[in-house]
Amino acid sequence: MLEQIYKAQRLMDAACEKMGRPINIMEVCGTHTVSIFRNGIRPTLPKRLKLLSGPGCPVCVTDQSYIDSLLELADRDDCLIATYGDMVRVPGKSGSLETKQSSTNVKIVLSSEDALQLAKDNPDKTVVFVAVGFETTAPATAVAVKEAAAEGVDNFCILSGHKLVVPAMRGLLSEKNHNIDAFLCPGHVSVIIGFGAFAEIVEGFGRPCVVAGFEPLQIIEGLGAICQQLAEGKATVQSIYTAVVTKQGNTTAQKIIGECFEAADGYWRGLGLIEKSTLKLKDKYSRFDAVRRFDISEMPAEDKSGCRCGEVLCGLIKPPECKLFEKTCTPDSAVGPCMVSSEGTCAAWFKYGRERRR
Amino acid sequence: MCLAIPARIVELEGDRAVVDAMGNRWKAKTTLLPDAKLGDLVLIHAGFAISLVDEEEAKKTWQLIAEINDFRDTPNKVSG
Repeated sequence: MLEQIYKAQRLMDAACEKMGRPINIMEVCGTHTVSIFRNGIRPTLPKRLKLLSGPGCPVCVTDQSYIDSLLELADRDDCLIATYGDMVRVPGKSGSLETKQSSTNVKIVLSSEDALQLAKDNPDKTVVFVAVGFETTAPATAVAVKEAAAEGVDNFCILSGHKLVVPAMRGLLSEKNHNIDAFLCPGHVSVIIGFGAFAEIVEGFGRPCVVAGFEPLQIIEGLGAICQQLAEGKATVQSIYTAVVTKQGNTTAQKIIGECFEAADGYWRGLGLIEKSTLKLKDKYSRFDAVRRFDISEMPAEDKSGCRCGEVLCGLIKPPECKLFEKTCTPDSAVGPCMVSSEGTCAAWFKYGRERRR
Repeated sequence: MCLAIPARIVELEGDRAVVDAMGNRWKAKTTLLPDAKLGDLVLIHAGFAISLVDEEEAKKTWQLIAEINDFRDTPNKVSG
């Protein structure tokens, strides 16, 4: 194991020397962000190698207007909100799902199947499933929608906040002031989409993409592989997470996503409108779409003044550069979503990344 | 959110399964992995099996989870 670490470190050092300038590698997965901090990887890296935490936490990239729509729905007597636990603490205009007076209307579920069951058990209520997450979570939503259609569970619907990773990477690289040299690509999203999906980033933007798992050695070797490519002036797609990631991915899951959803332009917190980056239910399933059922507006909401989560998500600033960080914004009383989510960049910095003060 | 947990299929009827990881059992579905069989080790995400996984890889992840639990249960291990 030590030999593998030394090899990766040599590759990193060589790339830093060769490039003669700081190297910025972005990880686009909240689980990578947390693992990097928890395992103390940052301090072991060469000074000129910087890790940027990108828009890899689904809770964090969900636009404010989505949260506000949920809070409005939670106030209705005829609705039950079924949500993954990650979403309940995200603050909106009027509190969060957790602090709502009407919180009895909010139920935490572990899967889309539980949400569908909730609809079957409560035929006099409309169950709105909080469908957030990237390509890993989207197929689970699609299965539930297909089942609801097949079984005629008409009091079930979803508010789709599903997002696609590759269009977000494209969006970041299309910004003029971006500073990203390469991507450490998400492990379990890639189980679904396959590492071949990153080819358009490599070909269109010349940025190396390496898929790695979540254990420290995987991450270190992934960074080594990226540095080797940078030093050689190459940009290719590579997966070192060979245990579960294939080039083509889980084609059954891709097919089910494709049957239910189509890619649509959509808003991301911090990144704004990104072309074909979100998943919207297809017309044939539109009766399960909460947006249509409740006539919800999809205009982006203004972020709270002072919160800089948007810039954090683009890798433009580090959390301590935000005035609210550690002061008014802490995990116990979070202002922005990057502090709320346990996989958020600000929460990870708060927990692991602060300098010890005596 | 996108972290999947390795677990073994210990019951399977159609696409409805019961899975086991480190002695914890819960319900999951194999709709997205139609070839999954009883006894297979799979990655579970949000109630669905998304991939087969081998024994060695599963053990690594379970070990990682166990270490995190140990760490959490030990007071003042690093804070001093």
